[in-house]
Amino acid sequence: MGGLAAGTVEPTEHDYALWEKRVDALMMLLSHKDRRLVSTDELRRNIESLGAEAYDSMTYYERWIHAITQTLIQRGVITVDELGRKIETIRVREAQRD
Amino acid sequence: MIEPTVARFHTGDTVTVREAYPIGHVRTPFYIRGKRGVIERLCGAFANPEELAYARPGLPAQPLYRVRFLQRDVWPDYAGQPGDVVEVEIYQHWLEPEEPQR
Repeated sequence: MGGLAAGTVEPTEHDYALWEKRVDALMMLLSHKDRRLVSTDELRRNIESLGAEAYDSMTYYERWIHAITQTLIQRGVITVDELGRKIETIRVREAQRD
Repeated sequence: MIEPTVARFHTGDTVTVREAYPIGHVRTPFYIRGKRGVIERLCGAFANPEELAYARPGLPAQPLYRVRFLQRDVWPDYAGQPGDVVEVEIYQHWLEPEEPQR
């Protein structure tokens, strides 16, 4: 990528997980012209800001949800505090389910 | 309505891509910076993605060109046909009038 040395590209097929479809749907809804809460270029900027190590270790939609979340915080749509509390609530809920 | 920036290049003009490495979201690929190519066409004018990336309007819209480069000018070890080309879409503010190949 970007002119850097790389090996051969080996295309593979895979089914999308439910969470991956949800991330895609989330991006479509947030970037819709009626909302414009995330632009494609903001998404790309936040993916590029990951750093090489994180970029290489994350999957495609992991990068997307990271970048969507960053954009929503940067825009003030959500706060870090709200995000942290919500994740904790879900963590507790899922732990009780197990 | 903010009028788009006036297009300064025409099909057939030789241009050099600016060799700059700012932080931020830049759509000009690293591998093409500093290279010399020829304007293939004007694609239109679009809001500047470097500004859109920071939730700003990116206006006035910037002319976007499809620029044609010889592969052998882009890749020092290019082993394909000498006439092979790569076309890259580049915004006007990344292009300068012809300069000697670096």
